[in-house]
Amino acid sequence: MAEQVAKRQVSVPLMADLAARGESPEVLFWVGCAGAFDDRYKRVTRAFVRILEHVGVKYAVLGMEESCTGDPAKRAGNEFLFQMQAATNIATLDGYGIKTIVTACPHCFNTIKNEYPALGGNYEVIHHSTFLQQLINDGRVKVQGGESYKGRRITFHDSCYLGRANDIYEAPREVLAALDADLVEMKRSKANGLCCGAGGAQMFKEPERGKKDINVERTEEALATLDGDAAALEALLGVEGGNAGATPSPKKADNGIIAVGCPFCMTMMSDGVKNKERESSVQVFDLAELIASAEGLNA
Amino acid sequence: MVQVLQQILFLLVAALSIGLFAWQVRKIRANILQGKDRAMGGSVSERINKTLLVAFGQQKMFKRLTPALLHLVVYVGFLVINIEVIEIMIDGLAGSHRILRVLGPGYDALMATNEVLGALVIVAVAAFWWRRNRQQPVRRLTGVELRAWPKMDANIILYVEVALMLALFTMNSADLKLHQLRGEEMPGTFPVSALLVGLMPDSVTALHVLERVGWWIHIVGILAFLNYLPSSKHFHIIMAFPNVYYSRLVPQGQFSNVDSITHEVKSMMDPSYQVPAPPVDAEGNPVIERFGAKDVEDLAWTNLLNAYSCTECGRCTSVCPANITGKLLSPRKIIMDTRDRMEEKFNSPLIFKPNNYKGEDRMQVSEEGTLVHGKVTAEELWACTTCNACVEACPVNINPLDSIIEMRRYLVLEETAAPNSLNVMFSNIENNGAPWAFSPSDRFNWADDLFVAEKA
Repeated sequence: MAEQVAKRQVSVPLMADLAARGESPEVLFWVGCAGAFDDRYKRVTRAFVRILEHVGVKYAVLGMEESCTGDPAKRAGNEFLFQMQAATNIATLDGYGIKTIVTACPHCFNTIKNEYPALGGNYEVIHHSTFLQQLINDGRVKVQGGESYKGRRITFHDSCYLGRANDIYEAPREVLAALDADLVEMKRSKANGLCCGAGGAQMFKEPERGKKDINVERTEEALATLDGDAAALEALLGVEGGNAGATPSPKKADNGIIAVGCPFCMTMMSDGVKNKERESSVQVFDLAELIASAEGLNA
Repeated sequence: MVQVLQQILFLLVAALSIGLFAWQVRKIRANILQGKDRAMGGSVSERINKTLLVAFGQQKMFKRLTPALLHLVVYVGFLVINIEVIEIMIDGLAGSHRILRVLGPGYDALMATNEVLGALVIVAVAAFWWRRNRQQPVRRLTGVELRAWPKMDANIILYVEVALMLALFTMNSADLKLHQLRGEEMPGTFPVSALLVGLMPDSVTALHVLERVGWWIHIVGILAFLNYLPSSKHFHIIMAFPNVYYSRLVPQGQFSNVDSITHEVKSMMDPSYQVPAPPVDAEGNPVIERFGAKDVEDLAWTNLLNAYSCTECGRCTSVCPANITGKLLSPRKIIMDTRDRMEEKFNSPLIFKPNNYKGEDRMQVSEEGTLVHGKVTAEELWACTTCNACVEACPVNINPLDSIIEMRRYLVLEETAAPNSLNVMFSNIENNGAPWAFSPSDRFNWADDLFVAEKA
């Protein structure tokens, strides 16, 4: 750890205040409901704000004026509720003349980027993985001065709404590459990635009857990948493989990390790790948390 | 005389088969056009590109090498052997023999390629049969929807393909031996049949009969197979091309918009908004469209086209997180149900028996018979995570997710039949602007007591 230099209290700028002063931000940070309410993901929101503060980007948030994008309603088939939410949010965003939006939620990202235009809302929308990648590439974030992740085993779990939905596979991996960690890929990754089980409004309901919960299946794959446990990997249902019924090897990863870029994936993978009783050896972190920590921004 | 009779017979058989095929295709076309119109978007060149890559180029097949190579053999064999079918058609009508010999060395190359591919097709088909019928078949080739007719259909296709290749080799080998006996040079090069000549009888009459029998079985087999296609999953050899051409070109995460709801929401937000007049039927009465899809005609025509392009390979189902973890949902079944329902409700081709599952239903379904409830159950629909894995996996760009969402829309907007926890989520969004029961006034609390380290 680098020596604590000093810390500064952050007063997160509200869009309403900027507008009152006749100013406009470079980017609007769309926090999302999970980022605002979910205790675990609030830490991601705060980490991302630390990064924004650190690099000195002129940003703002909507605060209490933000409302659900309508993603879970739309995926669940409630198009009416979705469009009501979209109309409200578009009115707010357009009222402030917002041009560019950054968000740490792939669901918000996908909805605002792809589905708001048909309803009249046109913005440049950036997922925080791409945003962080740009900051690193531009040298504005050096990924040093904080905790070292050198040599730590990290596997990235692709979020469906970032990956397959929007073809963003490289940005999160490049962000992780900057940590100089030992990056390992799951067998089902990128376009073939396996869902955490929370998309399509599953986050808000019990799963249907089945043999296993999807997040457990996915966590088992992530853990086996971090453990380098070939037998356990073989036992998981592959794209075309059968169930070989192998027993997991006793070798366990120590200090492993499952990296995510989505609040729902965060919940599902964290629950999965708890289910497998591996909290002591494997942690689930969002990209922004890893970068803020590596940059030494936590205070 | 025999020659002329053969020509007349061939003309009749060919005309009848092609006519019958056209008649079946018209019925299927009519079924597809029962679907709703859909805004297309994307340029023609973009669509042609996609078709060249995904359909002609087999791009998405190559996610897995072994089945891709096996399939490539059969696919290229199909394309090349079709050139020979042209020759057979001309020969059959004109009474000529191996008319394409005028191509000279080109004919040598064509026939040789044909024979090598023909032999490889037999090998590939044997491998396909093994993957499907062994003790523990490849997982994606099993499932609740692959019983009775679909299972038989898959094997019939394999048997017919082998029979066609064997007829081709019989014809060529007999012809080769006839030419040898006559001391003549046979046009073309036949590397495989050259090996089989030894198996041929020595009687000229027998050889002549064998050559004719091989010729007739090959061409009649092809024409019969052509008429089998509309009842079979094998129809994909034709429908894959239009299906890829008309596939969605927008990001996979972008779900369709419901325009009628957009008008309603806009008029609520702005009283001066003019809602366009609804479409009218033939008598001028406004058509009240259902929200979402209860039955096949509520789906977009592209969703219906999807159903005729599916070859039931199960790549979608094998990557579906819900299916992998033992839920009822199988994207392939949704697509097969859609086709079954169309043939039940509208036109059906010659042989197709949508309910031929040996009396067993594939799921517990209602009497109603509609696509939702009658074939696809709510339990299947609610198990979907909308992860797009099925869409990504489909080698011919079928989009099961699109249909699933339309059916969910029907359940929610017409039947108010969402699972209770989702209704709670809906009311949370309505009341709190968040899917959870948190107070909107707490939305900015995350920013309290936030510190950042100051670096030099």
